[in-house]
Amino acid sequence: MTALNNDIQAHNRRATMLGSFVSNVAVRRFIWQALAALALFGSVFWLAANLHHNLAARNIASGFGFLTREAGLPIAEHLIAYTPADSYFRALLVGTLNTLSVAFWSIILATILGTAIGVARTSKNWLLAKLSSIYVDLFRDVPLLLQLFLWYTILQKLPPVRQALNPVAGVFLSNRGLSFPVVDWQAAHGWTLLAFVLCLLATTLYAKRASRKQLEEGRAKSFWPVAIILLVIIPLVVGFSLGASTNLDMPQPKGFNIRGGVTVSPEFFALLVGLVIYNAAFIAEIVRSGLESVGRGQHEAARALGLHPKNILTWIVFPQALRVIVPPLTSQYLNVTKGSSLAVAIGYQDIVSVATTSMNQTGQSIELVGVIMGVYLTISLSISLLMNIYNARVALVER
Amino acid sequence: MIAETDPTTKATAVSIQKVNKWYGSLHVLRDVDLDVAAGERVVICGPSGSGKSTLIRCINNLEEHQQGKIVVDGIQVDHNIAHLDAIRREVGMVFQSFNLFPHLTVLENCTLAPMLVRGVARPDAEAQARAYLERVRIPDQANKFPGQLSGGQQQRVAIARALCMKPKIMLFDEPTSALDPEMVKEVLDTMVSLAKDGMTMICVTHEMGFAREVADRVVFMDHGQIVESGSPHSVFGQPRTDRLKLFLGQVLREH
Repeated sequence: MTALNNDIQAHNRRATMLGSFVSNVAVRRFIWQALAALALFGSVFWLAANLHHNLAARNIASGFGFLTREAGLPIAEHLIAYTPADSYFRALLVGTLNTLSVAFWSIILATILGTAIGVARTSKNWLLAKLSSIYVDLFRDVPLLLQLFLWYTILQKLPPVRQALNPVAGVFLSNRGLSFPVVDWQAAHGWTLLAFVLCLLATTLYAKRASRKQLEEGRAKSFWPVAIILLVIIPLVVGFSLGASTNLDMPQPKGFNIRGGVTVSPEFFALLVGLVIYNAAFIAEIVRSGLESVGRGQHEAARALGLHPKNILTWIVFPQALRVIVPPLTSQYLNVTKGSSLAVAIGYQDIVSVATTSMNQTGQSIELVGVIMGVYLTISLSISLLMNIYNARVALVER
Repeated sequence: MIAETDPTTKATAVSIQKVNKWYGSLHVLRDVDLDVAAGERVVICGPSGSGKSTLIRCINNLEEHQQGKIVVDGIQVDHNIAHLDAIRREVGMVFQSFNLFPHLTVLENCTLAPMLVRGVARPDAEAQARAYLERVRIPDQANKFPGQLSGGQQQRVAIARALCMKPKIMLFDEPTSALDPEMVKEVLDTMVSLAKDGMTMICVTHEMGFAREVADRVVFMDHGQIVESGSPHSVFGQPRTDRLKLFLGQVLREH
C-alpha cells in the first residue's frame, strides 16, 4: 500500500514538473517562435530548391551578369543621357529615375491639391463644400487605371503637330505633348540658378525669423522688400555679370515632331494628372478627418480669445490635426509611388516598364522582379523613414 | 462678504434686450432682458436645458441670437466682424471643459492670444502670463503641457489664459461642473479673488456657496426665460415661484 502510494506520489511530482515546464509562459513563447521560424525557413528552402531545379531544367543562367550587356532598348524619356547602346544597368537606372520623377511631382501636387480640397470640405461656404465633396466622391470611386486611360485618351485626341494648339507664343500643345521654351543653357545659367536656390534658402530662413520676430516684438513688418532683393535682384545681378544669354530655346514644329524647347510627353502628363487627381481625393479625406478631429471646444476657445480664422487654422487646428494626418498620409504617399507602376499601361517608361521589356529580352525574370521589388522597397522605406521623422516632430506631448 | 455694487451709478457692461433664439423649432431663449453693470457679479442658475449657457455664449457671439439686441461695452453684437473682434478682445471666457490648447505649453497657452491679437511683444506677454499664473497659484507649471496637469490646475490655467487678454468682462460657463469634488474649491477660490478685484463677471454655475459669497445678483432661468432675479439672499431665501422652489430643492439635495 505504501509502496503504491509512493509510486503515485512520484508520478504526480513528475507530472507537475512537466506540467509547470509546459505551462511556463517563457517556454511556451519559445516553442511557438521556434515552430514559426522552422515553418518559414522550411518554406523558403523548398521554394529556393524548386526554383533552382526548374531553372536548371530549362538551362537558364541566373545571376546579374546581364546588367552590363547592351540593352538595345529605346527609352523615349530620360533624365540622364541614354541611348539604346547603353547597358541594361543604365536602362534600369533611367526607368528608376522616371519612376522617382513622376512619384515626386505627384506627391507634391497631390498634397497641395488634396489639402486645399480637404480644407474646402470643412468650409462653411455651401457651394465650396459641396463641390469638393463631389470631387472626392467622383475621383475616389473610379479605379486609377481607368482614370489613366481617360486622361491618356483625352491627350491623344489633341491635334497633331501640324495643327498644334498655340495658346501663348512659344507654347505648343499637341498629341506629342506640351512643349515650352527654355533658356539656352550655359554655365552662367547654372551659377544664376545656384544663386537663386541659395537666396531662396536665405529667404525661407529670413521669413521664418521675421514671423517669429513679429510675434516677439508684437508688430508686423513686411519681409517682401528683402525677399524681392534676395529672390529677384541678386540672381539677376549674378546672371548679368557672368554674361548669361537671354536667348530662349524655342520649340519649333518640324514635320511630325517638335524640335527645340522642352516637351513633356503625353504619357508622363497623363500619368501625373491621373495620380495627382486620384490621390488628391484620398489626401483630401485624410486632411478633412484630421481637421475634424480637433474638437469644437478648441475652435470656441480660440474664437473667444479673439483669434482670426486664419490664425486659428495655423496655430490651433493644423498643429493638432497633423498628428492625425501624418500616419495615413504616409500610406497614401506609398500608394502614389506604387500606383505609378500603372505607367506600363499607358506606355510611360518607368522601372516596371523598362524591367518587363528587359525580361522579355533577357529571360532574367527572377532577377528583374528582384530589381523592381528592390527599387520600390527602397523608395517606400525612404518615404516611411522621412515621414516617421516628421511624425515624431509633430507628435503631441500628452503627459 | 463683498460690498454690493449699485448698478445705477456704473456704466452698463452688458445689455441684453428682448433676445430670442431658436435651434430649429426649439425656442431656447425667450425675450431675455438682462443688464449687467461694470463691476457687477451676476450668477445665472437653472436646470439643464434652461438656456443659461446659450445666453452667455450669445454675449461673445459663440452662438448667434436671432432677435433682440445685445450690446457689450458699448458695442453691438451683430454681423460686423470689427465689432465681434472688439468684443472678443474685451470679453474673456472660461469653459466647462477647459479647452486649453493641448499642443502648447501652459505659458504658450497664455501668451498666444495677447501676441497674435493684441500685438504684445513676447517678453512682455510672458512676464504678464507668469504674473497671472502666479495669481491663480500655479507659477511652477508654466512649461508643462495641459495634459500633465490636474483638472483643477487646467481650469486655473484657462482662467489665467483669459485674464492675459486683460478683459473687462469675464464669462464663466459652468467652470466647476467637469471637476472632481476636491478640485472645485481651488477654482472657486480663484474666482472669488477675481471678484474681489472688481472684475465684471457673469457666471453660469450651481455653486450656491459661491453665489452667496460674491454675487450681486442671482438670475434663475428656466425654459429659456428669466424666471426670477435678485440678491442671493432673496432668490435663495424667499423663492417666489414653484419652478425655483423645485430647482432649489433638487440642487440642495445634491449638495
